[in-house]
Amino acid sequence: MSGETRTIRVTINGRDYERTIAPNLLLSDFIRHEAELTGTHVGCEHGVCGACTILHDGRPARSCLMLAVQANGARLETIESLANGEALHPLQTAFWEKHGLQCGYCTPGILMTMKAFLAETPKPSEAQIREALSGNLCRCTGYQQIVEAVRHAAALLRGEAS
Amino acid sequence: MSTRLIGEPVKRREDRRLLTGTATFIDDIHLPGMVHAVVLHSPHAKARIRRVDAARALALPGVLAVFTHEDLGAANDPMPLLNNDRGFIYPRTHRALAPGQVRFVGEAVALLVAENRYVAETALELIDVDYEPSPAAVDLMAAARPGAPLVHDDTDSNVACRTPYHFGDVEAAFAAADVIITEELRPERGAAQPMETRGVVAQYDASTDSLTVWDTTQAPVSARGLIAAKLGMAEANVTVIAPDVGGGFGVKIMLLYAEELLIPFAARRLKRPVKWIEDRREHFLGSNHERLMVHQVELAATKDGRLLGLKDVFYYDSGAYCPYGPINAECAQGILPGPYKIPAIYTEYIAVYTNTAIVSPYRGAGMPHGNFVMETMMNRLAERLELDPAELRWRNLVTPADCPYDGGTVFQYNTKLIHRDCDYPALLEKLLAVLDYDGFRLAQPGERAKGVHKGIGIGCYVEGTGIPPYEGMEVRVEPTGFVQVATGYPSQGQGHQTTLIQVVAETLGVEPDKVNVQAGRTDRFAWGVGTFASRAAVVGCTAALKATRRVRQRALDLAADRLEVAASDLEIVSGRVQLKGVPDVGVTLGELAAAANPIITLEPGVEPGLRAIDYHRPEGATFASGMHGLIVNVDIETGMVKIERYVVVHDCGVMINPMIVEGQILGATAQGIGGTFYEKLVFDEAGQLLTTTFMDYLIPTAMEIPPIEIHHLNHPSSLNPLGVKGVGEGGVMPVAPAFALAVEDALKPYGAHINAVPFGPPDVLALIERRVKF
Repeated sequence: MSGETRTIRVTINGRDYERTIAPNLLLSDFIRHEAELTGTHVGCEHGVCGACTILHDGRPARSCLMLAVQANGARLETIESLANGEALHPLQTAFWEKHGLQCGYCTPGILMTMKAFLAETPKPSEAQIREALSGNLCRCTGYQQIVEAVRHAAALLRGEAS
Repeated sequence: MSTRLIGEPVKRREDRRLLTGTATFIDDIHLPGMVHAVVLHSPHAKARIRRVDAARALALPGVLAVFTHEDLGAANDPMPLLNNDRGFIYPRTHRALAPGQVRFVGEAVALLVAENRYVAETALELIDVDYEPSPAAVDLMAAARPGAPLVHDDTDSNVACRTPYHFGDVEAAFAAADVIITEELRPERGAAQPMETRGVVAQYDASTDSLTVWDTTQAPVSARGLIAAKLGMAEANVTVIAPDVGGGFGVKIMLLYAEELLIPFAARRLKRPVKWIEDRREHFLGSNHERLMVHQVELAATKDGRLLGLKDVFYYDSGAYCPYGPINAECAQGILPGPYKIPAIYTEYIAVYTNTAIVSPYRGAGMPHGNFVMETMMNRLAERLELDPAELRWRNLVTPADCPYDGGTVFQYNTKLIHRDCDYPALLEKLLAVLDYDGFRLAQPGERAKGVHKGIGIGCYVEGTGIPPYEGMEVRVEPTGFVQVATGYPSQGQGHQTTLIQVVAETLGVEPDKVNVQAGRTDRFAWGVGTFASRAAVVGCTAALKATRRVRQRALDLAADRLEVAASDLEIVSGRVQLKGVPDVGVTLGELAAAANPIITLEPGVEPGLRAIDYHRPEGATFASGMHGLIVNVDIETGMVKIERYVVVHDCGVMINPMIVEGQILGATAQGIGGTFYEKLVFDEAGQLLTTTFMDYLIPTAMEIPPIEIHHLNHPSSLNPLGVKGVGEGGVMPVAPAFALAVEDALKPYGAHINAVPFGPPDVLALIERRVKF
């Protein structure tokens, strides 16, 4: 507790945040408690469960494994940016329709991981979906309805399903 | 006619907020002036606490308080015993903070409160505790022996409870047997590990001496009662709210965990809102575990495979305290016979204290353990008699013609295991047909000749669900036409809100978007017990049905009066009571609600409002059933097991929402797979838990869980008006024995026997190597 602080500036969901913070503040805590974007969840704080996954300059990253100061200057996206106002993103629609969530705690991390995945892999096989999901733990669903939801979302994003 | 909703895959009301990041989980609650608590846990499995010195911690800027047991006074008296088993010898329950003696690694010793979490965690390391460690009793069987280190010094043995149970003439059955199989079977320790850990936030209002507690509990009504009693407050001045909760599976109900008392206590003492959020390591160490039992089993049968008798004497690791009673052991023995006819049964469970974390129910509450025992014994018997495991089961299943049939054991709440409303042969027939069991058997020798080690396994279960005592429901029509439904039991992701809306909207005759549900808030409804034992649909939805029927009848009566017609000539369509065949003649439920709550006049003896509260108290458990089958391919070089097919057939009675039912089965089956092949809690000899991260305790990912095929063969329950049986836990039930049998079948040339779960690739390799050596 030296009282040392740093001032950082990050863009989250298109909005700039400039905050003076302790250098040991985790990025996940910064997002949740400084930016007050509590949709990003913390499940293990050791980088395994993936609940805290956000997009860091467009790529999925575990916000519990980064310090907030390391995100200085970065462009971050969290679950709160996924819907366009009231209009849900196809991933959200697909998860709703296919029962791809139960308690919903892991869901934001999964949706952000899948957003990046489907951008790179617009027509994924089941094996590719399962591999892409393998960094996100879900304790409720057994993954099957998540896999179906991701496949459905991919089709929606390709404009192939109504 | 009203819209059909019960039985439809209605999309969940809960999901929008969860999908958009706008849900409110416990750590999302932020209150002005809020401070943060952390718990100091014992680093020793057994030690005397000589001294706690918080001076260095308190000197750190930002630290507000450190509380030990001395600060709590009477609030630190032992927690209640929830289930007073008739075999108890030494019931011992935990306290919020250890007074002078710790009994497991992770037991709470002190609470520290600081301005923020970072300061609090730094300060925690500055609390000096002088411990005097002593030898711990860690291994279950060693702890049960005379002379073992005592977990509780005021006892003369670690045996907490010993409960025998007799059915039929067991000695005669064994004397008449052609074959007796004897085994020792071990379901090892595991844990629920919901993705959200536990947490508590408390706010105290000194002006009214009232507390609001947000708690990740599965039982807010019971938690409120205990918090109030422990703090010497009126229940009316304590509100407990279960917010959105990120999975429970049993671990989030204990009554009480230390923090559920400590955080309200601290908020009241400091007069500031206090937040405590458990981290994952704390969750591994201090939140309840499940599973470890050692069963010494004997099964007696005729030479043609007819079961005659079963004896199961089993040891149950209770952990350091037994606040639940040995409930997992009671449940394990209660469903032990599964779907089979066994004329004579003797069980005895011996609950043992060890210097490890407390054990309480995790999804299935001991029933999967009992099922592992019965099904493994069936597999051993089939092997001895050179019968196919499926054939042996055919010969012993209870059939519809036998029903109602007394299975012999007694489940929780003195519920005899009575088989009814079921068709086990149809389940088995379906399972074998879907798996193409006979085709697999025909192809198996050819596969083996090619060096492919594929095996097939099945597991059959009967599961106790929907247990007493009761749940309650208020259904109230507002003058706005909105219908408010309130109940005491909260959801941890099961979609209760949606299923309740389905039941209420269909029964009343309103559109589902007019129905709102408030659950798990004692300020809205403070009666009921909680969410556990697959009881929300059976007990809660039945209460909702009963309350809604009363509201419906009152609406019909009020409308009949107003319209001057007979109530029997009226129907309710989309929130409007109207004359059958003459829909223009009618009145809305909202108008009736307004008239029933008048400003000017109310007839004497008439209750105001269009509303009802009702309760459902089932006679006992409602039994559900099912069977799982899987085909595995074992890599004998690495010991890895690949599941090539997984099939579930089950009977949960009427499905209120088949989409939610399937989600429950898929999730539970995945937890069963985890508990069979991946997840194991490991202690060292000193009682240190070695598996405290998700890198050591392996939760299966989407790569490990295969696609699962589900087939519904539902027979409505005759025990409740909805015809439902519980479905939350059934998916876990037969995974371990079916999986183990499949691997044993794949390794049949090696004579593999799997007697402990979970087992992993190294165990599979050992099974292969052992055989090669001999």
